[in-house]
Amino acid sequence: MRWLRALRAPDKMAGFAIGRAAGGYGGSAPRKMLSRALAGVLIVAGICVPFLFGDASGFMNATIISIAYAVMALGLNIVVGSAGLLDLGYVAFYALGAYSLGWFGSEFFAKAQVHVLVSPVASVLPGVHLNFLLVLVAAAAICAAAGVVIGLPTLRLRGDYIAIVTLAFGEIIGVAAVNGQSIKLGGGMTLTAGNLGISAVDSPYFPGIGSFGLLDLRPWYWLIFGILLVVLFVNLRLRDARLGRAWVALREDEVAAVSMGVPLVKTKLLAYAIGAAIGGMSGAFFGTYYTEVNAGQFQFGFSIFILSMVIIGGLGSIWGAVVGGMLLGYINNYLIPDVLNGLPGKFGLSFQLTQVEFGIFGFLLVITMVLRPQGLLPERRHRLELTAAIPAEDAQLGTEPEGMA
Amino acid sequence: MSAILRAERITKQFDGLTAVSDVTFDIPAKSIVSLIGPNGAGKTTFFNMLTGLVRPTSGRITFGGRDITRTRPDVITARGVARTFQNIRLFGAMTAIENVMIGRHARTRAGIFGAVIRPPWVRAEERKTRERARELLAYVGVKAADFDRLATQLPYGDQRRVEIARALATEPSLLLLDEPTAGMNPQESAALALFMRRLRDDLNLTILLIEHDMKVVMDVSERVTVLDYGRKIAEGTPAAVRADPAVIEAYLGTEG
Repeated sequence: MRWLRALRAPDKMAGFAIGRAAGGYGGSAPRKMLSRALAGVLIVAGICVPFLFGDASGFMNATIISIAYAVMALGLNIVVGSAGLLDLGYVAFYALGAYSLGWFGSEFFAKAQVHVLVSPVASVLPGVHLNFLLVLVAAAAICAAAGVVIGLPTLRLRGDYIAIVTLAFGEIIGVAAVNGQSIKLGGGMTLTAGNLGISAVDSPYFPGIGSFGLLDLRPWYWLIFGILLVVLFVNLRLRDARLGRAWVALREDEVAAVSMGVPLVKTKLLAYAIGAAIGGMSGAFFGTYYTEVNAGQFQFGFSIFILSMVIIGGLGSIWGAVVGGMLLGYINNYLIPDVLNGLPGKFGLSFQLTQVEFGIFGFLLVITMVLRPQGLLPERRHRLELTAAIPAEDAQLGTEPEGMA
Repeated sequence: MSAILRAERITKQFDGLTAVSDVTFDIPAKSIVSLIGPNGAGKTTFFNMLTGLVRPTSGRITFGGRDITRTRPDVITARGVARTFQNIRLFGAMTAIENVMIGRHARTRAGIFGAVIRPPWVRAEERKTRERARELLAYVGVKAADFDRLATQLPYGDQRRVEIARALATEPSLLLLDEPTAGMNPQESAALALFMRRLRDDLNLTILLIEHDMKVVMDVSERVTVLDYGRKIAEGTPAAVRADPAVIEAYLGTEG
C-alpha cells in the first residue's frame, strides 16, 4: 500500500525527483540536439525550394498559397485544437486581416495621406500606405481585438453552442464586408468596397529588396515562409508553456481547471485572440498576394476549409496543422486545377474537377475520419491515449497485490 | 481556535429545490472536519459553494477573514482553498505530472510573452513547477515510472493520489476532499486516514472532508457536521454526533 509506504519514509518527501525526462522542456539532451538539427535542415530546405521550381510556376503559386493556409490552420488549431473551442467563423479573421491590408496599404482611404516606409511609387499615392510588416502588426492587433469580441459571448457556452455563435459572427463579418460600401465613414469614404473589391493594393516593399512583383514569386515565398516559421515558433513555445497547458486543461475539464486556479475568461480569450491574430496575418498576406480585397472571398466555406485542415492534420497537433494546411492547399490549388482537372473528361464526363472540389474535400474528411480519426500527425497526448490504453491497466492489476503487503 | 473558513447562513436553491438551507458552519484552523449526511443531503453543493463553482442564493462565506461569497473559483484557489472531486476529474489528455503542474497555475505567472521569449525567469519557473510536481507525486505515493503516463490510465487509487497532489500543488491552507475513499478497500481507507493526519501536520493544512465511510470519519475527524435535506442537523465531536438521535434517525440506524 503506497500511502503507508510514503508514511514510513517521511524523509523522502523532498528531493524525490527522479523522473525519466530530466530537462525542463520535454526530451533529453541528445533528442533536443536531434530535433534542433532536423529543424535546421528543414529550414534550409524550405529556403531553397524556390530554386527548384521556376520563378513563377503554377507549383510555386500553389506552394505560397498552401503555406498561407498552413499559417491559418496553425491559428485555428490554437482555438479549436488546444483550447477546444469549436470556432466555425474563422473566415472573419481572414476578412479582417485582408481588409487591414486594404485599409492600410492602398489608395482606398483617398482623403488620407499617410506613408510609412513604403516604396517610392506608393509614397506619392493618396491613401494610407504602411510597410507590409506594419500592416501585419495592424492585422494581428485588429484581429486579436475582434477575436476577443467574438469570444466574449461564447464564454458561458460549450461545444456546439460556441460553434453556432462563432458561425454567426463569421457571417456577420462576411455580410458587413459585402455591404460595407454603404457604410459611410465621412469624406466620401466607405468601410469596404464590397464586391467591387479594393484593388491596386500595395505589394510588400522592403528597403534594399524593392517591391515584390508578380513575375517573380520567390520573394513572396520567402516572406510567407518567414511568417510560417515565426508562427510555428510561437505555437511550439506556447504549447510547452504554462498557457498552453492551461488551454488543454480547460479543454479537458473546465470545472477542474478553474478549481485548480486557471482563470476561465482570461485563458479562453487569450486563445481566441492569439488564434485570430495569426489568421489575420495570413489574411493580410492573402490580401496583398491576390492584389485585391474583395468581399466575395469571405465565404462560410472557407471556415470549414481551414477547419478540415486542422482535423485532417490532427486536432491539437501543431505539425498536423502544417501538414493539413499544406496538403489541402496543394490539392485545392495544384492537384485539382492543374493536374487532375481534365480527368473526368477523359472518362467522357462533362464536368471538371474544380466544379466538385468541395465534394472532394468532404470525401477526404470522411476517409480521414474512418481510417485515421486522430489525424495524420496526431497530438502527442492523443497518441498516448490511443496506444497505451489497455495493456497498461492490465499490467497494473497484476502488480496490485504486491502493493498491499 | 480561530475559524479559517466561516459559512454564515448559506442557502442554495435550484429552481425551487433547496439543496442547502440556512447552514452556518465554521472550520477551525489546522483541524480535520468531516461533513456527512445521506445521499442528496447537499454536501457536494456545499463544497461547490465554498470553492466558488456555485453561488449561494443567500448567506456569506469568509475565508481567512475575507469575503469569498461571490469570488471566482480560480481566485478562491489562489487564496488557498483546494479541492478534489467525488468522481475524479483529472485532465484526460495530460500526463500525471502535467495534471499536477496545472495546480501550480495560480502560483506561477508566465504569460504569452514569457512563453514565447522564454527569458531566464520563465525557464526557472517552469523547471520549479516540474520539480514541485514530481515531489508532490512522490509524496502522495505515485511511482516515478508513472509520472509521464496519462493520468486517466493509472489505476484508480493512483488517480485519487494524483488528484490530491494536484490540489496540494496549489499550496492550499484549506483542503476540501470530496469522498476520497470512494472505491477504496478498508486497508486503503485506513491508510488514507493516516495520510490526512500527516498532511495536516506536515503542511499545516486544514482539511474538510465529505465522507461516507464512518470508520474513517470517526477515526480522523475532530469535528463532524451532519447535513440532511440541506439542513444542519447535528455538529460536534465524532462521539457526540454518533450518539445524536437526529443523526441516527437520518441514517435509519445504520450507523447508530
